[in-house]
Amino acid sequence: MLKQIEGSHAVAEAVALCRPEVICAYPISPQTHIVEGVGEMVKSGELEDCEFINVESEFAAMSVAIGSSAAGARTYTATASQGLLFMVEAVYNASGLGLPIVMTVANRAIGAPINIWNDHSDSISQRDSGWIQLFAETNQEALDLHIQAFKLAEELSHPVMVCMDGFILTHAYERVDMPTQAQVDAFLPPYEPRQVLDPAEPVSIGAMVGPEAFAEVRYLEHEKQMRALELIPAIAKEFKAGFGRDSGGLVRGYCMEDAETVIVAMGSLLGTIKDTVDAMRAAGAKIGVLGIVSFRPFPLDAVRAALMGAKRVVVVEKTFAVGIGGILATDIRTAMDGIKILDYTVVAGLGGRPITKKSLHELFEKALRDDLPALTFLDLDWDIVNKQLERERKKRRSGPAAENILRDVGSHVAQHS
Amino acid sequence: MSFQPVKFYQTGTFTVGNRLLEPDQRSVQANMERTNSLNSGHRACQGCGEALGARYAIDAAMHATNKQLIAANATGCLEVFSTPYPETSWQIPWIHSLFGNAAAVATGIAAAMKVKRKKGLVGDVRVVAQGGDGGTTDIGFGCLSGMFERNDDVLYICYDNGGYMNTGVQRSSATPPAARTATTMPVGPEPGNPFGQGKFVPAIAMAHEIPYVATATVADLRDLEHKVKKAMTFRGARYIHILVPCPLGWGAASRDTMKLSRLAKETGLFPVFEAQYGEITNSTKIRRLLPVEEYLRPQKRYAHLFGKTPAVETIARLQALADKNIRRYALLDKEAN
Repeated sequence: MLKQIEGSHAVAEAVALCRPEVICAYPISPQTHIVEGVGEMVKSGELEDCEFINVESEFAAMSVAIGSSAAGARTYTATASQGLLFMVEAVYNASGLGLPIVMTVANRAIGAPINIWNDHSDSISQRDSGWIQLFAETNQEALDLHIQAFKLAEELSHPVMVCMDGFILTHAYERVDMPTQAQVDAFLPPYEPRQVLDPAEPVSIGAMVGPEAFAEVRYLEHEKQMRALELIPAIAKEFKAGFGRDSGGLVRGYCMEDAETVIVAMGSLLGTIKDTVDAMRAAGAKIGVLGIVSFRPFPLDAVRAALMGAKRVVVVEKTFAVGIGGILATDIRTAMDGIKILDYTVVAGLGGRPITKKSLHELFEKALRDDLPALTFLDLDWDIVNKQLERERKKRRSGPAAENILRDVGSHVAQHS
Repeated sequence: MSFQPVKFYQTGTFTVGNRLLEPDQRSVQANMERTNSLNSGHRACQGCGEALGARYAIDAAMHATNKQLIAANATGCLEVFSTPYPETSWQIPWIHSLFGNAAAVATGIAAAMKVKRKKGLVGDVRVVAQGGDGGTTDIGFGCLSGMFERNDDVLYICYDNGGYMNTGVQRSSATPPAARTATTMPVGPEPGNPFGQGKFVPAIAMAHEIPYVATATVADLRDLEHKVKKAMTFRGARYIHILVPCPLGWGAASRDTMKLSRLAKETGLFPVFEAQYGEITNSTKIRRLLPVEEYLRPQKRYAHLFGKTPAVETIARLQALADKNIRRYALLDKEAN
């Protein structure tokens, strides 16, 4: 059924259609509307046979999820940014224990400086946590990925993180096609755990593992993610058969047939990039787009196959590894190992900085001329940066950097931060 | 589940020497059908108060729930000594997740069981969470308070040995004043753990107005069993705080575990009581009041108080704490003493 609703509510409804049995959450912007949505459905009775638990922290949220999942309940939670970081110890624990929890991350920057707007720093910080990470491009895809995520998680007995851009997707009202309960029921069978806390068949879960077996246990996590490389496309195919649309998969190409220049990105940014590429295509540029849906497992073969014919790759990412540069770009480079392709890393949109078509257009034109440095910071205000650097050179007690910069940028920004 | 026939013998104490009692009055441990939930073969030290407390507490909980019980365990001695895989001592469904989240994991299990029961998939399965004092009063305190505040249907059991014994006897917020630990050494002008710090979590649990709070020691195991069984008659959050001597950390003889537990209670340093919905309903009276010195002297963690020049002032300050407990928790039966 077509609906014009907020992204968060679309996700809440999709999660409810998956018949979760335990939902626990701690509020953090921009995740709040999702958990408010599911919370109301549980309280009203619309979502039956489900417990909604208002926990006291994100650490508790993931810990409650660990308990309920280990007890055999289909379990969901959602968070963002600082919240994801606050639960990190439990995030690693959930994947180490092999518990099929599904969690939405409404992507938001990490402080300090505190910032509520969108980038991918939060999810990407959990790159090595063992969780599968799927990035949604649109609200429709965010909705669809949650339905696929439960199936994927439970098939593998492994947790899945569905990443959707905070505000840009979570708070945007868009048309979505909401599946029926019958469709979802046909696609997603009831959860049958591989391991469960059951008085009839007592097991111990979470024992200490020493050097004699630790590497093997960890390897098996990798093996699950390698299996996910096959399962993710298979589930997307099955999803298309049942729901009639393409959603998910490992990667998604756009105008790739004869593309000499390929722009690689994740999440909602792909929309702006596609619009920019459309305009450049119309002007004759051989340019295409490769969207990464599955960041973990990272689809090395699929990326390599897609980039094989390209001359240059521009990775535009909403993350930044301080001290080296790109994060997605590093993985893309691993995929291109042995192929001669020029590659450029562009750090863009940090802390919600708008990524405009105009800026992208200029950037891509430069890339076509191979006139880009290896690492570019899109729309970085160098005057402001240099002013602060000068201040620090001149004075030992130069004061807090962020506050100095805000003063430099002007009272307008300061008032709205 | 394993079944171990029990030999009955007369010990002259309240522990298992109750063969003369009617079967329904006998302790769970003396019951032929006791579950040995924490089975023999684990790696606890000789004289470990925690192993003893856990065995009695979990067997009693199993008895009270007709074996429909799941346990969540915090990281710590109990977790490490009970599951040296491929061996596990647990005869019940048991999960260890992290150091600071046992209460929240238990909440999750209880929520799952509630839904499964509503769907008719399971019976009435109850949940216990357990941890040491570090996992309870320090790192797990946020999750514990959250579980209390929401009144989740979980019995949390804290085995308090007054420090981080698993990591080598460091100070926790349950370490008593003056006690030596690896991080509160008996040096400087105020040797050992400072006065005026620490927290007594049973009182904080009471402040949450949860249905049931109790303290116990491993000296009176009938009392411990009774409190666990009683706790299982309530729905909602329940808390039992058990004083469990640690021979290693306290610098005490393994054979003195029971004696020290009893002395902690008989001196008034550890008040034994019950509370319901935030109000004290019962306190176990001191049988024969003893000075705190009797409790302190056999423990090397207090050895610096009994050197060439005894630390009279410090001992007096500890006595004052015991006296305050006696007043606050009405530990003296005026007619008997």
